[in-house]
Amino acid sequence: MGANPSLVVVDYDAGNLRSVERALAHVGVDAAITADWADVSRADGVILPGVGAASDTMAKLGERSLTEPLREYVASGRPFLGICMGLQALLDHSDEGGGQECLGLLPGNVRHFGFDHLKVPHMGWNQVTWLREHRITSGIPSGSYFYFVHSFYPDPADPELALGETTYGFTFPSVLARENMVATQFHPEKSGEAGLAIYTNFANWVREAA
Amino acid sequence: MLTKRIIPCFDVDRGRVVKGVSFVELRDAGDPVELAKLYDAEGADELVFLDITASSDNRATVYDMVSATADQVFIPFTVGGGIRTTSDMKTMLELGADKVSINTAAVNDPDLVNEGAYRFGSQCIVVAIDAKGVGEGWEVYTHGGRTPTGIDAIAWAREVVERGAGELLVTSMDTDGHQSGYDIPMLRAMSEVVNVPVIASGGAGGPDHMAEALTEGKADAVLAASIFHFGTYSIREVKDALSEQGIAMRPVADRD
Repeated sequence: MGANPSLVVVDYDAGNLRSVERALAHVGVDAAITADWADVSRADGVILPGVGAASDTMAKLGERSLTEPLREYVASGRPFLGICMGLQALLDHSDEGGGQECLGLLPGNVRHFGFDHLKVPHMGWNQVTWLREHRITSGIPSGSYFYFVHSFYPDPADPELALGETTYGFTFPSVLARENMVATQFHPEKSGEAGLAIYTNFANWVREAA
Repeated sequence: MLTKRIIPCFDVDRGRVVKGVSFVELRDAGDPVELAKLYDAEGADELVFLDITASSDNRATVYDMVSATADQVFIPFTVGGGIRTTSDMKTMLELGADKVSINTAAVNDPDLVNEGAYRFGSQCIVVAIDAKGVGEGWEVYTHGGRTPTGIDAIAWAREVVERGAGELLVTSMDTDGHQSGYDIPMLRAMSEVVNVPVIASGGAGGPDHMAEALTEGKADAVLAASIFHFGTYSIREVKDALSEQGIAMRPVADRD
């Protein structure tokens, strides 16, 4: 166990960057905000935040030379947490804005809700049911409520990737996890106590893995 | 399932919470950050701050409040009042607000809605509509409800959503401050023409009024101030009452 593990939040101008930083500070975690690929490469834990459009996200990651370092970081097996757009960016492809290739770290697509009978975006508090055990959800009851704001949802190629699911019109995977990767479609930094617990669990994981 | 939201609203003047009765008489109800923390702990789903500070000399008090709130409260919150440009929006969002609400500025310059939605995303652009019944319909008022615009409120709702508003905060000037219920026909008319969430405001006297707005009024969220600030009902009491009526609510966590 490292004495001072380095937990970084990737800065690519995502709108919720500061909220994530504040939530981490609130649970006593000292995180570095960085746009420097070298910081990502040597980190013990990485959080990819995000709100906004898939095309902007991929363009910004590219401009800041973060795309390959993120792929390499994930391949190294160290803990990774993606949030909202930071989840969607992990999949192969998003249907948003006429189609956007994403990082391809998890197999699958990102699709639009496309409801006639329900409002889009899916905005507000909704329940997440855990589908299996994972350290990121430790101590958080299945069926807890989290805050969502999104018009697109993840559609992973492998159903086993789903760690949590949520129902809005139909049931979709709202948390994905594989090996060292975890990603939530909801915003833990805006989800009160349950959300803060996600950050605490992630920080503990990073500390133990470092 | 997606829950309906209960949103306490704070009218803030020079960093202090006040609430107007029919927008005229103002009473002080406390420190905004302390109230925000209290309401978060009580189960508020979201918070709205409306800055009614008249002088721009006092803007710094609002900046401090927004930043302090974002440091201590981890549920979404919206800031409105005095936001006239995308630069004002950027300031508030960077200070930690999740959404900004515009009202008079949107009427004066409707392109501000498009520009804000383009730059920051629709999800953080709330258009507040203050309206008053006239004939068969409702008319938009600006400047805190003092200035009639001649604009039809339902047409305006449709227009701002087309321009990119992600949510509407709809206040009835007729019912606001009277605690005798929301303007259900107006809410319903508005909810039926837009595909974004509608927050009902103006007239909450208790949970029954809220239930009415969320069912017959088809609103997605209800906003209230006085009944919470003066302790007539707690958020928990409201949520319990609405749950009993079969309305989906995020339960209030029990804390030690």
